Amino acid sequence: MLLVLFIIAHMAGNLHVFEGRESMNDYAHGLRTFGAPLLPHESLLWVMRIGLIAAAAAHIASSVVLTRRAVEARPVRYVSRKPAKGESRHAAATMRWGALVVLLFVVWHLLDLTFRTVNPVKDLPDAYGAVVEGFAPERWPVTVFYLIAVLALGFHLRHGVWSAVQTIAGPNNKWRKRTQVIALAVAVIVTAGFAIVPLAVTFGLVS
Amino acid sequence: MKLKLRIWRQPNPEAKGKMVSYVLDDVSEDASFLEMLDVLNEQLIADGEDPVAFDHDCREGICGACSLVIDGQPHGPQAATTTCQLHMRKFRDGDIIDIEPWRAGAFPVVKDLVVDRTAFDRIIAAGGYISAPTGTAPDAHAAPIPKQDADAAFSAAACIGCGACVAACPNGSGMLFMAAKVTHLGLMPQCQPERATRVLGMVAEHDAAGFGGCTNTGECASACPKEIGLDVIGRLNRDFRKAAARAA
Repeated sequence: MLLVLFIIAHMAGNLHVFEGRESMNDYAHGLRTFGAPLLPHESLLWVMRIGLIAAAAAHIASSVVLTRRAVEARPVRYVSRKPAKGESRHAAATMRWGALVVLLFVVWHLLDLTFRTVNPVKDLPDAYGAVVEGFAPERWPVTVFYLIAVLALGFHLRHGVWSAVQTIAGPNNKWRKRTQVIALAVAVIVTAGFAIVPLAVTFGLVS
Repeated sequence: MKLKLRIWRQPNPEAKGKMVSYVLDDVSEDASFLEMLDVLNEQLIADGEDPVAFDHDCREGICGACSLVIDGQPHGPQAATTTCQLHMRKFRDGDIIDIEPWRAGAFPVVKDLVVDRTAFDRIIAAGGYISAPTGTAPDAHAAPIPKQDADAAFSAAACIGCGACVAACPNGSGMLFMAAKVTHLGLMPQCQPERATRVLGMVAEHDAAGFGGCTNTGECASACPKEIGLDVIGRLNRDFRKAAARAA
């Protein structure tokens, strides 16, 4: 829940890039100075960082438990396999491999746009510049990796959102179908919202 | 029709099994899948070979004994059909058909295609029953039950306990079986006193038996010969959440 809300907020925040350098950098600055002067510098960010790290750790730990149980529950594999027939089957099939892609991406993404270790723009307050330089056409492999990761995230959400509701709330048939529609909508909006920024930079719409 | 069968052969639980190929000429397309295996076994016996062991009983689609994974699908390619009710007209002349047992750590292979499904019995013993003495069949309408509840309970009670859900599940989970029992009992007034202990006991036994966890892939429901749907899993999750909260 926390992770999904963060992803949606992060996606929406990214769209500031279309309002120009000043708006994007003001937004980034605003995140750091949120609540100032009442609250210390970056207090909102630290609360979010701690919360997100805890949520991600719990998320990964439970997925490791589930995966280990799944491996142990089928010690001998089938010789012949059939295509999946379940609900949101393509997304369900990519939950584990897609998650690894997303995890590797998060590491890269932090090094690229948060710490700027691998980004040409080292000036931290210039978030806009980092995005524009980071997704410049000559850095196309970065953009491709970004798009693959965002697509993997979309698939993860497509199955994960309704699956979480199914496990925690236990809906009836009608509500399960509704949560599946919501999950698809969240997945499509998040994927499109994240993908549009690097694409716009690469194709010169934002510079 | 002429078929090439590739069948899992494993002489005993400890042995390492393998797929063995057989060619069967002149199979009637009106034969059921099990009758086709009977023909193969007659041929094997005539040749002095060990016949293929497979589970079967009523051959009417209601006992839940038959348990073959055919071309990677529990009970074969036809939806809402047990292996015994599958007919050879679903296949074509010259087809290569793979036949494997249910694959689950909790369902160890006994021989060839026969697996031991007593893990399901242990799940039932952990709560899938009522202990209220109900006597003989009550008069109709003696215990009023809303039509939709009766229908939902009846649909869930259609579960024959074959284990196709476990065989189909990528996680090897027995969730659909367990949820069908929780749903069919949970909707009946006689079953309310044990509703919380039932779901907690059954889930604990399910996990202890070595079944995997449910990740809502829905493969179980698509493989179920009795078309039991994911709504029963939703109901189990709801019951479990409430029971666990009360127990905590």
